[in-house]
Amino acid sequence: MEATKKHFFSDMGVMLGRSMRHVFRSMDTIITVCIIPIAMMLLFVYVFGGAIQTESDNYVNYLLPGILLMAIASGISYTAYRLFLDKRSGIIERFRSMPISRSAVLWGHVLTSVVSNVISVVVIILVALLMGFRSSAGVLPWLAVAGILVLFTLALTWVAVIPGLTAKSVEGASGFSYPLIFLPFISSAFVPTESMPRVVRAFAENQPVTSIVESIRTLLSGQPLGNDIWVALAWCLGILIVAYLFAVRVYKRKAA
Amino acid sequence: MEKAIVVKGLHKSFKNTEVLKGVDFEVKRGDIFALLGTNGAGKTTTVRILATLLKQDGGTVTVNGFDVATQSDHVRQAISLTGQFAAVDEMLTGRENLVMLAKLRHLKNSRQVADDMLKRFSLTEAADRRTSTYSGGMRRRLDIALSLIGNPKIIFLDEPTAGLDPEARIEVWKIVKELADNGTTILLTTQYLEEAEQLADRIAILHEGRIIASGTLSELKKLFPQTKVEYVEKQPTLEEIFLAIVGKKEAV
Repeated sequence: MEATKKHFFSDMGVMLGRSMRHVFRSMDTIITVCIIPIAMMLLFVYVFGGAIQTESDNYVNYLLPGILLMAIASGISYTAYRLFLDKRSGIIERFRSMPISRSAVLWGHVLTSVVSNVISVVVIILVALLMGFRSSAGVLPWLAVAGILVLFTLALTWVAVIPGLTAKSVEGASGFSYPLIFLPFISSAFVPTESMPRVVRAFAENQPVTSIVESIRTLLSGQPLGNDIWVALAWCLGILIVAYLFAVRVYKRKAA
Repeated sequence: MEKAIVVKGLHKSFKNTEVLKGVDFEVKRGDIFALLGTNGAGKTTTVRILATLLKQDGGTVTVNGFDVATQSDHVRQAISLTGQFAAVDEMLTGRENLVMLAKLRHLKNSRQVADDMLKRFSLTEAADRRTSTYSGGMRRRLDIALSLIGNPKIIFLDEPTAGLDPEARIEVWKIVKELADNGTTILLTTQYLEEAEQLADRIAILHEGRIIASGTLSELKKLFPQTKVEYVEKQPTLEEIFLAIVGKKEAV
């Protein structure tokens, strides 16, 4: 045990380096992750946006947080995809039979997901700036936004590890993320929830995306934070912890 | 610690299927030991248990003097596994694969180690190409090279020549012999009798979850009048013919 713990960080570094190479050698994965959210943003701002009433006069500002969450929700499916390929190629077996920390393999994939999602989020924010997105927020609120997005990415990536390890096919490994990508539609990401029928509205206001979107929106517009941030953090941390424990259990059971 | 591997009364079931029904064998240090059997005999299951990838239901296994179930970390320090399918990273080049493994074995001069392996396995020319472009034989050579990094004492080769053409197969045999000459203990599984005959110091025949015969080649030959064994014996004969013809053509 001691030997593998001692090398945890260097092992994880090697794993991270490996899967980052995978990302940079298949740039199409980052482009695919960016294209759909950017297309959504164009569609909603220049086609539907005129007809949507929100409290802010700049619809790009209103829309951006939800678009970012959508990008992350689709980005994390690549973690499931890469893990599945590792499992199928037998390279995970090789790593497992070596004296390296077992969770280092998973952490390498998870951190890769964080890095590649940060890249796509930055690309989307740059496009949003071109489309008229403006924020009066200072450095601290921006850091808070970054923190929430990273936490959200971590939570969903650990969710993605589970199908990555258990799926029987590539489609199964990456297909699980479709409902996650559509979750922002039934939230306050695109339109205020007030206009929704009662049942839908109840769902929209109590699902994680709404509180996260509201927190980011408030932070970016430089307004004081309400309770949303605590609800958002509770959701992210809750999902993160449950998914992490479950994923590690699946990984160990597969090893046993 | 004269024995590298000791397996006693090994049992393993998957759901309702009993795959291993009490397997016993021992491997001496520095030997090449072949586990011979048809598909589904339980060879891979045995190797996976020995390589700490799978927990047994019953029986004990010690590898390099350590119990695989309770001291798996110590076992992992001593072993290396080459699975049935070449487990190389296809997105990386051959060199990157080797450097990665050297780093995971915590060796200091990982670049040098990689260079040496590339030379030893005649992969220097292909070193900076992605392994997805490699032929089956090259991939297997890289796979074995990856397993040798850090000089493990015991190497498991699960059907090392499955799916290889006869020439690549002979190349793998040469590598295995060289390893054993340097004192590495090798446990290999195979369904080709000729492979066991060519390589192994001792052979155990695994059939339907039990070792039905084991010993040196000459000991096994005494049991020969079994039709089952004779049938397997015929297959490599065709291969020999094939090799002879191919060799002749090349000579012309």
